[in-house]
Amino acid sequence: MEKVKIYSRFERFWHWTQMMLILLLIITGFEIHGTFEAFGFETSVRLHSAAGWAFLILTIFAIFWMLVTGQSRQFVPVRNNIKSQIMYYISGIFKKEPHPVKKTADSKLNPLQRIIYFGLIILVFPVQLITGFSYLFFHYPDKPFAFEGLEAIAVLHTLGAFLLVAFVLAHLYLITTGHTITSNLQAMITGYEELDEETETATN
Amino acid sequence: MKNQFSKSVMALLVSLLLPLAVLLLTLKVAAHKGTPDVVDVKLKAEHISSVDHSQFEILQQDFETPHDVTAACLSCHTGRDEEIMATAHWKWEREEEIPGRGVVSVGKKNLLNNFCTGANGNNGSCMRCHIGLGWKDKSFDFADNRNIDCLVCHDQTDTYFKQKGQGGMPATAETANSAYQVPDYPYVAQNVGLPKKNNCGICHFYGGGGNNVKHGDLEEALLSCTKEVDVHMAMDGPDMACIDCHTTERHNIMGKLYSVSSANTNRIHCDQCHTTTPHNDKVLDNHFEKVACQTCHIPIYAKANATKLYWDWSSAGLTDDHGNGYSEDDADGNHNYLSIKGNFVWDDHVKPEYYWFNGTVDHYLSSDTITEVPVKINSLFGAYRDSTAKIWPVKVHRGKQIYDTGNNTLISLKLWAAEKGEGAFWKDFDWDTAARLGMEYNNRPYSGNYDFIASEVYWPINHMVSPKEETLSCTECHSRDGRLAQLNDFYLPGRDYNKSVDYAGFGLIFMTLIGIVAHFFGRLVAYFKNR
Ligand code: HEM
Repeated sequence: MEKVKIYSRFERFWHWTQMMLILLLIITGFEIHGTFEAFGFETSVRLHSAAGWAFLILTIFAIFWMLVTGQSRQFVPVRNNIKSQIMYYISGIFKKEPHPVKKTADSKLNPLQRIIYFGLIILVFPVQLITGFSYLFFHYPDKPFAFEGLEAIAVLHTLGAFLLVAFVLAHLYLITTGHTITSNLQAMITGYEELDEETETATN
Repeated sequence: MKNQFSKSVMALLVSLLLPLAVLLLTLKVAAHKGTPDVVDVKLKAEHISSVDHSQFEILQQDFETPHDVTAACLSCHTGRDEEIMATAHWKWEREEEIPGRGVVSVGKKNLLNNFCTGANGNNGSCMRCHIGLGWKDKSFDFADNRNIDCLVCHDQTDTYFKQKGQGGMPATAETANSAYQVPDYPYVAQNVGLPKKNNCGICHFYGGGGNNVKHGDLEEALLSCTKEVDVHMAMDGPDMACIDCHTTERHNIMGKLYSVSSANTNRIHCDQCHTTTPHNDKVLDNHFEKVACQTCHIPIYAKANATKLYWDWSSAGLTDDHGNGYSEDDADGNHNYLSIKGNFVWDDHVKPEYYWFNGTVDHYLSSDTITEVPVKINSLFGAYRDSTAKIWPVKVHRGKQIYDTGNNTLISLKLWAAEKGEGAFWKDFDWDTAARLGMEYNNRPYSGNYDFIASEVYWPINHMVSPKEETLSCTECHSRDGRLAQLNDFYLPGRDYNKSVDYAGFGLIFMTLIGIVAHFFGRLVAYFKNR
């Protein structure tokens, strides 16, 4: 076992900023939706728009970073080991079996995570950004071109929000399924995680 | 060791401090709120007359009649008679285009309503609010400029009044009584000026036979009110007069009421003084596109005295043992029954109803037949899809009024007469005769059969603007059962949602939580087993 750096500074900054913004967007978004009261409707509207802008800027930086560093390939789904990863979560984990796919600096996400994160990046984020900004700028039917009212946009936006909430919940839980209960969390904070050095070279 | 330390600092920085900094920046941006514009306009009260009317010899004569005063006015103010005689104040009708109907003549002269049903034929009482002198019957000469009543609008002495029951004439030597004396014409004529609040109010406050009966947002309390009642007219505020907003050029007064007009012309808009972006705040100013200023800024109307919301004519006509009419009051001291008029419901501090409105209106014309119940005395055009429509606060006056079951038309009633025995309902309590005479006067057919039918009239609310602290808050509308609950031809954030998406979404969250708990429980069990 060796301490390996798997999350760069930018990645950690991106992750935690994104966490704060999405949390804020979820809370304020669902207050606007009428699900509960939090900051007050008006404050929530203002917070939601500001957080939406911040989220957009952060996302642009992230895309830039991914393209420049080539890290985007981390999120490309793979075919191998999907089944064994599923079997791990529904049975192996209870028998103290090892993770079927080793985590390495070059392959941080297991096959299931790749699918989920790929889905987020390709589907949910763009949907939330596009519907969110449409919601912000085209409230009314005839300016400057016609959407069929606000409804379709708002409903899509709400759907995306629900998916994100479900993701966040599952994500929070899955953090605890690493090598030890807190090893994933520590990695995202410090950047370092203890990885099996042997297999690391093997997968390289 | 040093390496370890710098790594910790870096971790703190990128994983906590920098993200927090972004969050704080976001909160700061979100907290930005514009400061509303301050309006600075010159009020008409600051106008100083360029002449002193008391110096004019022609106004120092002993006028016999008000007509002579008018002639004196016109001898200097040449041409003003033509201006006046072209207005709806004089004609009580306007040629206006109703979308889908073409150009029609609408006005107090020929429209019906569900208050006293209609003026024409009840001239002695109703035409007291005409700006002419003595429109007692069809013989009134609309071409005679001496019939214009200059004084009722321009009197500054508060001593000039039109007498009750005289069709717009002040008291004469023959008709004077303890309530109405012959005006002191030289005194009044030498003290004329721009109309004050009460010159307008003497008619516009008391429509429908009493203070605030009709409008709900225009009443005598505005003569001396606080900011809570009306920020514009408040004594502790700018103390504005009607003509400060209802600006007037050549006797053409801006603004009009949609119970008696149709077209989107000659209107007053708040943005004349306040601009179209008065809040200096994007989120709020955006609402201007679809929401009338009045909607948020007049959260309630009838803030001082009650207004009539319901009027049931069908119970009118009951008399006491001596055959005389009587009255009953509600707990607040407003009539809730009058033999001459029927049952009423009054209320104060009323929340408006809300409708789309694009500035054009349809009317039940006296030539129309009834096609829907309740009968729409007028109806506001507008819808979400209509780019010229905005959400508007409206007083809706509902009632039950007499109609001709044979011809399926609303009936023009003869209500008023000076004496018993002339067939007026208010004196003789005979529906059939009152209906027949009223219809006859209006040249409309009457089958001889009548009943009562529900009807509604829509009055957009414009006055009694509240201080900004009392403006509607977002969730008055942006909530599940808010003020706009009935106005659902569009998606309103906070109010609307897609049921299936919400069920599916909350279902998904619930399933995720169940999955997490079950999985976690499995791991716990396994942990203790494997130990
Ligand atoms: C993590 C991403 C986001 C989540 C979870 C989220 C969530 C929500 C939810 C639940 C609503 C209420 C929808 C409704 O009831 O109609 C909403 C409204 C809205 N969202 Fe988002 N949202 C996200 C991102 C964005 C972004 C990036 C923008 C862009 C600025 C945005 C702009 C809006 C706007 C304009 C509204 C309508 C209410 C208002 O005018 O503030 N959202 N959001």
